[in-house]
Amino acid sequence: MTLNRRVFLGAAGVVAAGLSAPMVLAQGKPRVVVVGGGAGGATAARYIAKDSKGEIDVTLIEPSRTYYTCFFSNLYLGGFQELSDIAHSYGTLAANYGINVVHDWATGVDRDAKTVSLAGGGSVPYDKLILSPGIDFVDDAVEGWDLSAQNKMPHAYKAGSQTELLKAQIMAMPEGGTFAMVAPPNPYRCPPGPYERVSMVAHVLKANNPTAKIIVADPKPKFSKMALFQEGWGNNYEGMVDWIGEDFGGGNVSVNPDAMTVTIDGEETKVDVCNVIPAMKAGRIAEMAGVTDGNWAPVNAADMSTKADPDLYVLGDASQQGDMPKSGFSANSQAKVCANAVRGALTGSKVFPAKFSNTCWSLIDTDDGVKVGATYEATPEKIAKVDGFISQTGEDADLRKATYEESLGWYAGITSDMFG
Amino acid sequence: MRWLNILTCAAVMVAVAPSTHATESLGDAEAGKEVFAKCKGCHQVGERAENKIGPHLNGVFGRKAAGLDAFNYSKSLERAGNSGLEWHADTLSAYIENPRAFASGTRMSFPGLKDPEDRANVIAYLRAFSDSPQDIPEADPTAKGTDHSIDPAILAIQGDPEYGAYLSSECTTCHQIEGGDEGIPSIVYWPDEDFVVAMHAYKDKHRPHPVMQMIAGRLSNDEIAALAAYFNNPE
Repeated sequence: MTLNRRVFLGAAGVVAAGLSAPMVLAQGKPRVVVVGGGAGGATAARYIAKDSKGEIDVTLIEPSRTYYTCFFSNLYLGGFQELSDIAHSYGTLAANYGINVVHDWATGVDRDAKTVSLAGGGSVPYDKLILSPGIDFVDDAVEGWDLSAQNKMPHAYKAGSQTELLKAQIMAMPEGGTFAMVAPPNPYRCPPGPYERVSMVAHVLKANNPTAKIIVADPKPKFSKMALFQEGWGNNYEGMVDWIGEDFGGGNVSVNPDAMTVTIDGEETKVDVCNVIPAMKAGRIAEMAGVTDGNWAPVNAADMSTKADPDLYVLGDASQQGDMPKSGFSANSQAKVCANAVRGALTGSKVFPAKFSNTCWSLIDTDDGVKVGATYEATPEKIAKVDGFISQTGEDADLRKATYEESLGWYAGITSDMFG
Repeated sequence: MRWLNILTCAAVMVAVAPSTHATESLGDAEAGKEVFAKCKGCHQVGERAENKIGPHLNGVFGRKAAGLDAFNYSKSLERAGNSGLEWHADTLSAYIENPRAFASGTRMSFPGLKDPEDRANVIAYLRAFSDSPQDIPEADPTAKGTDHSIDPAILAIQGDPEYGAYLSSECTTCHQIEGGDEGIPSIVYWPDEDFVVAMHAYKDKHRPHPVMQMIAGRLSNDEIAALAAYFNNPE
């Protein structure tokens, strides 16, 4: 294992502080610990560090040194991005924002002592703790599949090696072979994600293996941007995609990773690639912290604080907040509201009313981009959708191209908003 | 056009109801459940709901009028659906206020709910049985947005540069603060006036772009001015 010097020194400093410093706010700089360096966590850490101008000590705990964004990983599958295009590091957050970046797993939260324990030993004290752990998978969600099968039947729903594996499997499909997807039930990360993936796989197969087939077993009767995707599949990939929804037994699925078979509503099919996207739940640190209720962590809409603990916040996919879809854009939006509230609570800076927004772009084929977006506001009960829009079927090619180019601009924008 | 006229009337009537200038729920869903007792003789909603005398109301929000294949609608509602009528909070309210005035020839023999609060409440109750925006982001709204142009609480914080910086965080999700302009234009170092004019053009929907219309649509004059001042010379 190689440690870069800054990270090593940073981690050592944190551990030492944990041993000696009493947990009293007044005795030193207030401490914010952020667990998870994705769209929610990296953004929250950066905004708190940037806007507090050194008044708050910010620690970001993230096991990966290289972070691959889940958003745009489908474009890698489709050949529109290199894996290196969606890879990011935390160097700027550490060097330019003074964030103490610790590359380790958070293994537990002691809410009484207000510390987060680390897999590598030691613990980190906090005054405010922000968890942004993304998703984990529900056990036994798809009959025949568990995490031990992920190298045969990848989920590729956390970007990186899983995405690479899925791509390699697609490229190795025999001529006229079959790609199967087991789509997830609601709610899950990135509502249009599985269907953008189907489009990207179809794009690759059309070029390399045009007689190949795609089968999607879906436990849902409908999905986001359904009319747009189905129009695109019909126009661009005619006869290639067979979507089997709930009404046709798409929810009655089992898989056999050793035999590479998928059984949909009693009918067994031999497949060459099987992308299993199981039912999801909050990343497990949220459950270990005791702030989940069922699969997700209920939060207050005004500041993303958990219902269970006012000093513990949950952002992004792991949170149960109301109407916002689980997306990188949503997590980034929630992070800024949370950062403003946390800074206000710790330093007395002004806290402004919560405003949230989300847009999900999806690519159907070359220069054929579509989007759905909405604005949201905080009510006492939840984050509520108040306005929105969606691309229309039959749009002309120039508009679709502009929408795709806009998504590239957004990617550059949000990643610099996250990682500095 | 006819639907538009009817809706305009409905909108005028709704405007009489007191406004709190904050995010409002569609109505009181609990109270709406009571109101729904008047509808239950003909309509079912919820798990295992089926078409009875009237169609079931699961998934009604966002559905076109007369949109269930398995239900035998009146010619009048079929026609309305084919000419573009969809069920949303506003159209449902106009319809249930006086079904026969809204769609003459409808088989819905119901005199109508005259009390706007009853209508809002039953609509809020029914909304829970249609798609959730969390799962289908394009699903209908579940609340009414804040009217920022007249919110005194927002007006009171005008001229605060810190507020401009805070508001800017919504912009920098897409627009790069360093001024990158590939796919999404740069918005830094614009003259204040140009920025304000452009944002109001989006707010008034004179400039086409759904994301910008949506974002600008909920910014007050003062918020736009604060943003202009911030982006003119970001720190």
